[in-house]
Amino acid sequence: MSEKVLMKGNEAIAEAAITAGCRHYFGYPITPQTEIAAYMAKRMPKIGGTFLQAESEIAAINMVYGAASAGKRVMTSSSSPGISLKSEGISYLAGSDLPAVIVNAQRGGPGLGGIQPSQSDYFQATRGGGHGDYHILVLAPASVQEMAALTVKAFDLADKWRMPAMILADGTIGQVMEPVTFDFDIAPAPEKPWATTGTELRRPHNIVNSLCLQPEELERQNFARFDRYAQVEKEEPLCEEYLTEDADVVVAAFGIAARVSKNAVDEARRQGIKAGLIRPITLWPFPKANFAKLVGKTKAIITVELSMGQMVEDVLLATKCRIPVEKCNRAGGMIPSSERVLREIVEASQGGEIPW
Amino acid sequence: MVVFERPHALLDVPLHYCPGCTHGIVHRLVAECLDELEIEGKTIGIAPVGCSVMAYDYFGCDVIEAAHGRAPAVATGVKRADPSKIVFTYQGDGDLASIGTAETVHAATRNENITVIFINNAIYGMTGGQMAPTSLVGQVTQTSPYGRDPKLCGYPVKICEMLSQLEGPEYLARVTVNNVARVREAKKAIKKAFQNQIDGKGFSLVEVLSACPTNWGKTPKDALKWIDDAMIPYYPLGVYKDRSADQENR
Amino acid sequence: MLDYGFVIAGFGGQGLLFAGKFLAYAGLLENREVSWLPSYGPEMRGGTANCNVILSDGPIGSPIVSKPNVLMVMNGPSLDRYENSVYIGGRAFVDSTLVTRKIVRDDIYGIYVPATKMADEMGISGLANMILIGSIIRQTKCIKEETIVEALKKVIPASKANLFDANYKAVRAGLDYEVKEDSYGNDIRHDW
Repeated sequence: MSEKVLMKGNEAIAEAAITAGCRHYFGYPITPQTEIAAYMAKRMPKIGGTFLQAESEIAAINMVYGAASAGKRVMTSSSSPGISLKSEGISYLAGSDLPAVIVNAQRGGPGLGGIQPSQSDYFQATRGGGHGDYHILVLAPASVQEMAALTVKAFDLADKWRMPAMILADGTIGQVMEPVTFDFDIAPAPEKPWATTGTELRRPHNIVNSLCLQPEELERQNFARFDRYAQVEKEEPLCEEYLTEDADVVVAAFGIAARVSKNAVDEARRQGIKAGLIRPITLWPFPKANFAKLVGKTKAIITVELSMGQMVEDVLLATKCRIPVEKCNRAGGMIPSSERVLREIVEASQGGEIPW
Repeated sequence: MVVFERPHALLDVPLHYCPGCTHGIVHRLVAECLDELEIEGKTIGIAPVGCSVMAYDYFGCDVIEAAHGRAPAVATGVKRADPSKIVFTYQGDGDLASIGTAETVHAATRNENITVIFINNAIYGMTGGQMAPTSLVGQVTQTSPYGRDPKLCGYPVKICEMLSQLEGPEYLARVTVNNVARVREAKKAIKKAFQNQIDGKGFSLVEVLSACPTNWGKTPKDALKWIDDAMIPYYPLGVYKDRSADQENR
Repeated sequence: MLDYGFVIAGFGGQGLLFAGKFLAYAGLLENREVSWLPSYGPEMRGGTANCNVILSDGPIGSPIVSKPNVLMVMNGPSLDRYENSVYIGGRAFVDSTLVTRKIVRDDIYGIYVPATKMADEMGISGLANMILIGSIIRQTKCIKEETIVEALKKVIPASKANLFDANYKAVRAGLDYEVKEDSYGNDIRHDW
């Protein structure tokens, strides 16, 4: 599909997954991501793939675990409360070094929360979410085109690093319809000699497992995994910087919050304020280097999030608290307006009181 | 002359099971079936959480270790990924009939073409003898020290009877391994459960009433007797569903 | 070409999301940047529904239209809710069959089209949405008239291709309907 088509973000994820060679999807309905399941239900049977509506999110992620063990490109999708249920399975995927793609079209929480867009699962996604020492790759699309592109990338990265990868979207980017093309160079999935595909009596048996009762050995596995994570942190951070070069005030935001912020930055520039935008595309690995570069140049950072402030902690860490940071956040399904972000920029540029 | 040999599909490693535990017998029966049906090379086993958690070290086929109760979902993922493979789960009563009830019921109702070996020994073994969903009324365990009281925690779950009410599953049978004749019967049922999968017939579950002398506080011999005296009266042996046979008889 | 930010609002079932999609497809056909953002959730089932549409010649920042320069409303509550958000000098297109009141503000234009009544009289009940769209095209030139046919073909699913004629008829009726832009005479500004 190389022509430009209008598609919802959720549908773009589904089509991109198919483009990337994913033929197995397991899910459970939850607003606001159900278009992904609906799209898969329609397409998979026509291309010899599997769509299965599982009995629960827990079952769905474990079906993913099975198909990933079998060496297949596999995906599931859900929204915040469903991701909590999947978190056990995600920990097992990480502990068994299995590649898989998980989509979270976030909605407001905690608990059952609401169904309007949110970014309040940032901690859950970037810190692992389930039990144990682990990370998953976290990609944060800000447009329908990126929903597609980052889904393709998620499959590649997951296979490359043998890690689960999450598309951390939100209700807005899932629902919005924008032009998108699917012109991607699809690299074939790498060989997976570790997969449980049957020994054919020609090799010793493969075991997919996260159990290890010897603490020395389990520690060694953890250290080895974190060596790999260190490599990922070196090679894979992605970030968009917009007018940051000479900016006095830099807005830091991802996903839909970055879209809103971009409007505010443009308006601030029209008003003669040197404003810029820094937009992490990978939330884990966090683009620390891009933020570190701001130290000594930027007078203030404003973090814009659809949460009570979660990414802000990574911003403070990445800048070692050497730039004053002001939070501009909405929660519970509300989205900060461009006007409000603009007001924050204006205030910060005037050297207003910043309590850090 | 018949020489007694280790089945090829059972690896030459010491098993960690307690003396008198019947897991070893059932492992062997499964391995013999993989050998005789010549399917070891294309079989993927799913190990549970519970005493048989380390079954992945014992079977020669590829094995995936699943989260507690999720083996039927993992098996579904593997089978859907490649239907030409043979996929079985090996689960205990806590795994299959408590925390994983939903996965069990829904794999059965989808008639997922997998084989399920269900070890029912009426106790949580690995964690040291707590009440299982299948513990009998009055049974004393670490977490039912005054005996299982149905007013407090209900009645033991009868999986074969329960699943037999569903349209989905192909084959449901309850067997035991507390004497030689029954071991032979058990093997027949297990082999049929694999053959059904090979024939594409669908979800086949064999419940094996098993002994746990350690946590029952009995000698191995008394434990085998307790299966006769206490378990079988509540969990009658037999075939609870055999759709293909039923259809032929009609 | 100017940038347009639309808010299209009314009751669920009035075809508001469809009307918005039509504009988005038309923009796509004209090689412009477009976005279409629906409200979602239980409110769609019988309650209020709305969508935000942007047609732009440059990259679109936020797909959220907080200050529309074109508002289209098909019920009273939506006019109440969105009138104040309209950009100074913007236009509010009102289905005057369903909304009895006029706009209150004097710095935007009110355009009143008895779209529901017209649709009923034309035998195309349920297509008041597209009559209003026709009126919007007439008054704002937000899309070219020659794009209408192709955009309708894109937005009407293949399984409902038989509805093309009625939809076209509705847009045509809106295009032909003469209106007076009712305002107190401020300059119209289209940037938003």
